Amino acid sequence: MSAINQSGWKPEMGSGGTAAAATFTGNRALMLEEALIFEIGSDTTCGVDLPETPKGTSRLGKLARAKPIGLPGLSEPETVRHYTRLSRQNYGIDLGFFPLGSCTMKHNPRLNEKMARLPGFADIHPLQPVDTVQGALGLIHELQHWLVTLTGMDSVAMSPKAGAHGELCGILAIRAALEARGDARQVILVPESAHGTNPATAAFAGYKVEDVPATPEGRVDVAAMKARLGPDVAGVMITNPNTCGLFERDLREISDMVHAAGGFVYCDGANFNAIVGRVRPGDLGVDAMHINLHKTFSTPHGGGGPGSGPVVFSKALTPFAPLPFVEKTDEGFALVEEENAQDHHASAFGRMVAFHGQMGMFTRALSYIMSHGADGLRQVAEDAVLNANYVLRSLEGTLDAPFAGSGPCMHEALLSDDNLAEGFSTLDVAKGLIDEGFHPMTVYFPLVVHGAMLVEPTETESKAALDQFIGALRSVAERAKAADPSLKSAPHFAPRRRLDETLAARKPVLVWKDAPLAEAAE
Amino acid sequence: MRYLPLTTDDRSAMLATIGAASIDDLFVDVPQAARLDGPIHGLPGHASELAVERHLTALARQNTVAGEVPFFLGCGAYRHHVPASVDHLIQRGEFLTAYTPYQPEIAQGTLQMLFEFQTQVARLLGTDVANASMYDGSTACWEAITMARRVTKRAKAIVSSGLHPHYVSVANTMAKFTGDVLETAAPTLDADPDTADLIARIDDDTSCVVVQYPDILGRIGDLSELAAACQVKKALLIAVVTEPVALGAIRSPGEMGADIVVGEGQSLGVGLQFGGPYVGLFGCKEKYVRQMPGRLCGQTQDAEGKRGFVLTLSTREQHIRREKATSNICTNSGLCALAFSIHMTLLGEKGLRGLAEANHLAASAAADRLAQLAGVELVTPTFFNEFTLKLSKEARPVVRTLADRGILAGVSLGRLYPDAPDLQNGLVVAVTETATAQDVEALARALEEVLA
Repeated sequence: MSAINQSGWKPEMGSGGTAAAATFTGNRALMLEEALIFEIGSDTTCGVDLPETPKGTSRLGKLARAKPIGLPGLSEPETVRHYTRLSRQNYGIDLGFFPLGSCTMKHNPRLNEKMARLPGFADIHPLQPVDTVQGALGLIHELQHWLVTLTGMDSVAMSPKAGAHGELCGILAIRAALEARGDARQVILVPESAHGTNPATAAFAGYKVEDVPATPEGRVDVAAMKARLGPDVAGVMITNPNTCGLFERDLREISDMVHAAGGFVYCDGANFNAIVGRVRPGDLGVDAMHINLHKTFSTPHGGGGPGSGPVVFSKALTPFAPLPFVEKTDEGFALVEEENAQDHHASAFGRMVAFHGQMGMFTRALSYIMSHGADGLRQVAEDAVLNANYVLRSLEGTLDAPFAGSGPCMHEALLSDDNLAEGFSTLDVAKGLIDEGFHPMTVYFPLVVHGAMLVEPTETESKAALDQFIGALRSVAERAKAADPSLKSAPHFAPRRRLDETLAARKPVLVWKDAPLAEAAE
Repeated sequence: MRYLPLTTDDRSAMLATIGAASIDDLFVDVPQAARLDGPIHGLPGHASELAVERHLTALARQNTVAGEVPFFLGCGAYRHHVPASVDHLIQRGEFLTAYTPYQPEIAQGTLQMLFEFQTQVARLLGTDVANASMYDGSTACWEAITMARRVTKRAKAIVSSGLHPHYVSVANTMAKFTGDVLETAAPTLDADPDTADLIARIDDDTSCVVVQYPDILGRIGDLSELAAACQVKKALLIAVVTEPVALGAIRSPGEMGADIVVGEGQSLGVGLQFGGPYVGLFGCKEKYVRQMPGRLCGQTQDAEGKRGFVLTLSTREQHIRREKATSNICTNSGLCALAFSIHMTLLGEKGLRGLAEANHLAASAAADRLAQLAGVELVTPTFFNEFTLKLSKEARPVVRTLADRGILAGVSLGRLYPDAPDLQNGLVVAVTETATAQDVEALARALEEVLA
């Protein structure tokens, strides 16, 4: 490994396209360039005090490592500086509005972080004897109670690690229930407006996936679904509120139809924050629904995870939910880990993860849920919906709003690039927003709308923040309608200008090698 | 309701802008029968910060904290010292409260970190490439099995008896639905891993052989011969590492020819957390990269030629390929990957090797001490920081009794394999740098008394 190689970034590579002159370091005041650890670290630098080497005999046999691993080390001060500098090239919800539709970025209370770090939760092992973790099991049990009650369902599986993992859990339970009655149905129906994970999940669980079209007003086409239902349909996956930001008015009717045809209803609950405290999915005939704890109940998403995706089940599917379960018994809280442990878990389909799920996320979610209480959670849904409708109504004169005539939106406002100038697209609007200091909205999703822009304000944004965003988006949209060429090269003020994603995909460089980019890509 | 910034006046003004008379007007699409008009029965109202803190602290106090007692549990989750700067850095808001880097120009911090993480992981596992993390080791393991099916177009996976039984259970859950056929068995209290047996079972229908390294009993075996045997039959060798610190002391699976190496990264930077969130590691040979599940970060350049990073090869993913995607995984474990990467950066080559050596020698010394006790036999002659003891009594009640005495002694094989009578006296003991000589002595004395 080369110890030090500062050549990764060269000042002559460019001045940033603004009036600023190139600097010797490549830095521009507080905008700091940061080399890779492989360029600044060395194999002899160590940022920790190593433990004393105890006396003992090696028992590694012939397998003792001979070759170096190739890991650069930095001292503690250098490490702190490296990651602090990197952090400054990131946008986070702490910095400003983050209107990613269907991703739900809301304020992350630091109380949750403090609670998750209590050693009684953070420093316990998943295989400790259950009588030494009664508080942890009690916390899970309490969270289960909230989730089941808020959704009006019968039970909840806590172990899925994320929303998409929860989808898989729900679909596997449906499959297990069908197999238990000797019913080998092969098809899952997925509306066009569903999350991309839905069809991938159904396929992963061994199903054939068929699309169901959306109506022109952005909801499931009930007649089309009814026509397709039959003895080969295992179930439907439906998102409510859906990804066009609309409430599926006919879900109760759809559920009855699906049940009458012998199938089950899976609801993608990623958008539960729009209805929590006002609607119980159980009352709409849903059989299984995952809840993204990180979205509805605000656990930090850390640049891509972790998530947590507990799945609530109707009575019909409860016997088929996966292990393990936390149960209250006369002796305290029990962890049911074996399929034959108790009668009502006899049909459980096994484990989905090694241990009991995302304990750190459970702690944060319970902390958030308790802080709001039943009254506050209802207010959460109301404010999320109010904020989204405010954004939609404020922008519909500026940008095309394909479903604005379909009734109020729920938690997210769907816009599109239909009325921009020739050659200008959603991507240009998004990059223009970056220069205005905002994280862009979700772009090109849902797929049913051309050039979609999906704005989800969430309940933790103030009116003042929304007004500023609306003003900025109007300004960028007007520039795109006026064919302002500078928008095509936005962002101008971000740590990087537009990045070449085609190059990255055509010549993948996925790990650092001791060579410049051009050679490594050969 | 301190997290809700709208005032009553704001709400009225906004409703007026929208042209709605009341908030109920915005919920008109909810059928009357499904509307909740009052508070939900059975749930309390909002609580103050102080009240929440008091409640959760009381729950936390009911648990026996690993760091406060002699502690020897492993089997897929390990207790190591995590430097204070790791937790400090991951709590910086720009990392903690960022989303998936969909807009790379303002997510270079996360993306550069992921690129560094991928490189660190690939080097550690000995693979050409690695992805930007999976949920955990167990889900990474079954993703590897399904990947082997896609690559080989065969469905039979031969699973070593040394693979963590919970990982086997996860893979079995999936196999019931995906059409993979898993051949599995419980281990026996043998000194050697089941390498010869695995080699004998590879045939033309075999998609992959899955081995754990070090395995569930702590044993380590050379994978080279197995890798060669797989290659002859065009099957893939999947190696599973649940204790990545081990790779500071022993040869990497990739170096010995494994095609896919997956792992649990919890040991570095993440902490025990009662089982999650953890961080799955996933590396493979370069030729399989387009069949690899999960997110990948790639290097590229911006419009001015500056180096930058983006998420790439997304044509394998669910948001583009929908039902033809390589996996349905969407979220990864970004923040835990960051913690892992920071800890690795603090350690560096020297630190990881030193930490591994300290773990190994401490475990070796502990094994020597415990093996002297009457009623205790050391089953595993070669190991890293975890070894198996055969007790003269059933281990599960012994572990419970020791817990009552304030010692968390290890994982009884009865907990992991309730249906395997031969294993009930097995106790798996993990010794890391966090266990002191006094802790080991306390365990030895207590064990001696309980076994007497």
